[in-house]
Amino acid sequence: MENSKKQLISPDAADQFFKITTAVCALLAAVVMFGFFIQLFWSSIPAIKEFGLDFLTSSEWDPVKNLYGAMPAIAGTLVTTAIAVVIAVPLSFIVAMFLVETAPPALSHTLSHAIDLLAAIPSIIYGMWGLFIFVPFMQDHVQPFLANTLHLKIIPLFAGEYNGFGFLTSGIILAVMILPFICAVMRDVFRMVPPVLKESAFGAGATSWEVTLDITMRYGARGLLGAIFLGLGRAVGETMAVLFVIGNVQKMPTSLYQAGTTISATLANNFAEAQGVFRSALFELGLILLVISFLIQVLAQFWLNRVSRQMGEK
Amino acid sequence: MENNSNLIINHTAAAEKTKISVRNLNFYYGMHQALFDNNIDILEKQVTAIIGPSGCGKSTLLRTFNRIYQLYREQRAEGEIFLDGENILDNSVDILELRRKVGMIFQKPTPFPMSVFDNVAYPLKLHFSLSKSEIIDHVEKALRGASLWDEVKDKLKKSGMALSGGQQQRLCIARAIAGEPEVLLMDEPTSAIDPVGTLKVEDLIEELKQEFTIVIVTHNMQQAARISDYTAFYFQGKIIEFDITEKIFTSPANKQTEDYITGRFG
Repeated sequence: MENSKKQLISPDAADQFFKITTAVCALLAAVVMFGFFIQLFWSSIPAIKEFGLDFLTSSEWDPVKNLYGAMPAIAGTLVTTAIAVVIAVPLSFIVAMFLVETAPPALSHTLSHAIDLLAAIPSIIYGMWGLFIFVPFMQDHVQPFLANTLHLKIIPLFAGEYNGFGFLTSGIILAVMILPFICAVMRDVFRMVPPVLKESAFGAGATSWEVTLDITMRYGARGLLGAIFLGLGRAVGETMAVLFVIGNVQKMPTSLYQAGTTISATLANNFAEAQGVFRSALFELGLILLVISFLIQVLAQFWLNRVSRQMGEK
Repeated sequence: MENNSNLIINHTAAAEKTKISVRNLNFYYGMHQALFDNNIDILEKQVTAIIGPSGCGKSTLLRTFNRIYQLYREQRAEGEIFLDGENILDNSVDILELRRKVGMIFQKPTPFPMSVFDNVAYPLKLHFSLSKSEIIDHVEKALRGASLWDEVKDKLKKSGMALSGGQQQRLCIARAIAGEPEVLLMDEPTSAIDPVGTLKVEDLIEELKQEFTIVIVTHNMQQAARISDYTAFYFQGKIIEFDITEKIFTSPANKQTEDYITGRFG
């Protein structure tokens, strides 16, 4: 029988075309990633030549003498990220647990949306709020309270003036920023635990707490880890919110109350006027940030695989 | 029989002890009533099958025996359920101890996300303080009791989720009997596993009734006929007929029961 439908191209060719188009699009993502890497590396070469490995260990930052060291920025990035994760992860866990397990459906629904909206707030708003409202609040209430009322000032971590700026403030704001992301993922992880599995554990005589710990957390271990790394990844590179409240001085962190800097804050602060080696040093900082983010991804993958193996999926 | 809501078995061979007595049980899912004035006596160390069409309340009844329904706030039970004379619907009942005494097997196998060994050791760790070697002994005993030991003794450290469906279900039975319960509730335990696995579970039930009182909900009437000693026919939340299995399947007293078991409806 004659095919009445006229075909412009044969089905095989159409298939081929589809395959090639999708492959090109996918490759493009890899090319962009690789291109960024090359470009950053290329632009970093003058600084690498000038400072070598000292760049990573030096804490000198003197645009007049043209001497740059990445140590304070790297340390600041790690410290603020660590504070953010330490605060946000347990909080997200508790909130997600409440939303899924204990909250009445109507309340859970409303709160879920509120938390999702928190994720939609642009980071510059967090920065402004941080600068005008949260910094004074930290200065007047939180810092004196921690140091004096809780007597934490005997620990060097809480030493220093109460000026509101610094690592602790940045870390807390970062925590608020990454909380909705971590919380949303954890919430979905908890929801994915089959009800019959939980019933089965309750049926064995476990309490709610035991079911959470032994069943929900284990069942969702992969997802929970993924949520943590998602938050970590966002906190590491966040610029605007931190820029406003970190204090922006190139100093190694010794106290949570102290002002400092992060990689992204250093970049944002200095790019406008940077020339020559200074500019190259900033590119190298950018490269370092990219490598840190990359390492976090690798680490995440490694852990996820390990958890999968432990659960016997592989 | 004149009164459908009051069918307490009263046959001559009742030398067996009553394990569970249900009295005037009504059950509600929110506004919807699912069980109406149920009265039934479950005899000790016997297999009692609950049959009936979908949505007739079979599983609901089962879920009152360990009060698992109370995980959901809109569900509630009224009436009395006596386990060895103690009303388990009473608020003063130790719910964790009740659930140790009354184990439950679900329709789909529910291995916990942990190793085979840890799955079976889980109730032991919840309810008893045992030494490591005692736990090892008890786990082996439970796995043997569930006819699973020979198949898993070399992979105790593997995830329980990696076993086949039939093995997973027997793992759940091993876990349920590890806590040394008195009653085993089975909610269509073979409906999600293959025929070979089903056969093994049925054989196992035959053995388990030496030690445990078993209540099994099943869709499969041949299964009820094969493995149970007593059968209750449920319809629309009411117990229509309850008697010795043989009698239910050969000369049911009620027309509806007869229609159901001969496949005329349901």
